[in-house]
Formats: sequence, C-alpha cells, structure tokens
Amino acid sequence: MTANPWVRPYVLTRGRTRTNHHLYMHTLVSVDRFDQMVAGRLAPEARRLYERAAMSPESVAELSSHCGVSLGVTRVLLEDLASTGRIRINAETYDSPFDRRLLKRVIDGLREYA
Amino acid sequence: MAFASTPDHPGPGMSSAKIVVAGGFGVGKTTLVGAVSEIPPVNTEAWMTQASKTVDPVAESDVKTTTTVAMDFGRITLGRDLRLYLFGTPGQPRFWPMWDDLCRGASSAVVLVDTRRLDVSFPAVNYFEHDSNVPFVVAVNLFGGVLTHPLEQVREALGLVESVPLLTVDARSRRSALQALVASLRNTLEKTSPLLAR
Repeated sequence: MTANPWVRPYVLTRGRTRTNHHLYMHTLVSVDRFDQMVAGRLAPEARRLYERAAMSPESVAELSSHCGVSLGVTRVLLEDLASTGRIRINAETYDSPFDRRLLKRVIDGLREYA
Repeated sequence: MAFASTPDHPGPGMSSAKIVVAGGFGVGKTTLVGAVSEIPPVNTEAWMTQASKTVDPVAESDVKTTTTVAMDFGRITLGRDLRLYLFGTPGQPRFWPMWDDLCRGASSAVVLVDTRRLDVSFPAVNYFEHDSNVPFVVAVNLFGGVLTHPLEQVREALGLVESVPLLTVDARSRRSALQALVASLRNTLEKTSPLLAR
C-alpha cells in the first residue's frame, strides 16, 4: 500500500463513507476522454485513480489495489469523478448477476476460453 | 470513443461478472484463481474503512476504524464487452463484512475444500448456506490428483444438502478450474431459472 499513513482515510473523502450508487468490487470504470488539466487539479489519490482508469477500463478492486487507495475511499472518490463526468462507471448491462443471458454468455465465454 | 450515456440509459460499455472462490486457508483458492486468470492474481492488502453504527446515521462524527484485509483476485476477458472477475475470500471469519462486500453482485460461488482438513472450510459452507443468496457449489480440491474419500462421505461430513452440487477439481489445472467455474454458473442457472436451465 502506498497510502499516506499520516492521513486517516476518511479525511480524503471529507468525512463521507457512503456513496450514492453501489459500486461493486467488479464494477468497471473507464475514462472516455482523458484531460491532463483536470488530472493536474485533482488531489493525489483521485489523480492516481483517474490516470489509471484512463489507461484501460478496470474494476473498482483493481483501481483500489493498483493505486494504493483503500476500497472505501476509492468508492467515494470514483463517485465524485463520475458526478463531474470525468469517469464513466460502466453501469451493469444486465439487471441481475443471475440474469440468464449474462450467465449463458459467461458459460459460453469460459468454454471458448478453455 | 465516446458513448452517449445517462444513468437511465447506459451506453454500450463493457459489463462485468463475478465469481467468488471461497474456502479455508490453504485449500487452493489462490492456486485456482491463478490457473485461469489472464493477469497474475492480485494479492493485495485492501484497506477497509468502516463507519461504526451510531444513533444518528448522518452524524459526521462516527468513529472510523480501518481494517487491513488480504484478498486476491484475477480476471478473464470474455469477448470485447464482457469481463469475468474471480475473487478469493480472505480466510479468517473476522473478515465477514468483507465477504458480504465480495459476494454482493456475484453470479456464483465455488467453495473449495481439502479432504485432509475439511474443517477449515466449514465457515465458508455455513456462510453460503445461511448468510448469502449467491448460489454455490462445493469443489473438493484433488491435491496430487487423487480423491482420498468418496464424495458421498465428504457430503456427509460437510452436512451438505443434496441440492448443493459437490464436485472435484484440480485447482492447478486451468481446464479443471474452468470446468468448476462453469459448473457453478450452471448451478446458478438451475437455481434461479429452473425451467430455462436446460
């Protein structure tokens, strides 16, 4: 972890621990149009997340892990970035993780991958 | 590539699915994830920040605690617009809140057991039987490729009801691990849309 040990995590989120959308650990995050100026104005943690997501779409867990930002803080910061249109939270295309079409696609995909 | 998208009308972006790989310490979770993942399994110390419960849910003065949890995950890209993530659970029961978080939105779970130490996977079986709505299968990891106890004995020892599929897997083998993942998804299909599973 590269998190700053001198800052309690929630200070980075100005006391917030909840987010409006539920971001699953596997929810994908991407950046449609990276803006260096925007990156320069972000706090270090948000900037790392923004820059990493701009490289290729990644899950919330991957971003948290690669950027050394705790999961809880990652969720709040990603929500901020999404609310200002900086990142795209790839809304689940399927209504439920048990959606029959999703399950069949994953099964077929795994068989092809095998 | 910019897609027109609003929260109500998501654009044609990528979607993702998740399978949880659970079981006690040393039963082969990381091995299984590593056998099929296209990236080296990410073994990370995730920091969980939790707000303690207070009378006023919006109070900003909640006492916060930070817990460090080791978790690992891998991923498989299935076509241009779909990714499957595999999450291994942290072993110790004191990380239950983390398990809830890991399992939220999961399509299926595979509980790995080692017949030499069945007891280390009891908490995981209990969790999916009683505390989770994620359909699960139990897979006996064949260390050395040998099944040392008949599956029926294993089922009995685990107190596993007939409706939970019990299978064998060689967690080191990509092919075998993929078969276990497919079996877990087929089980979800059967449990959640029984008439359509065939």
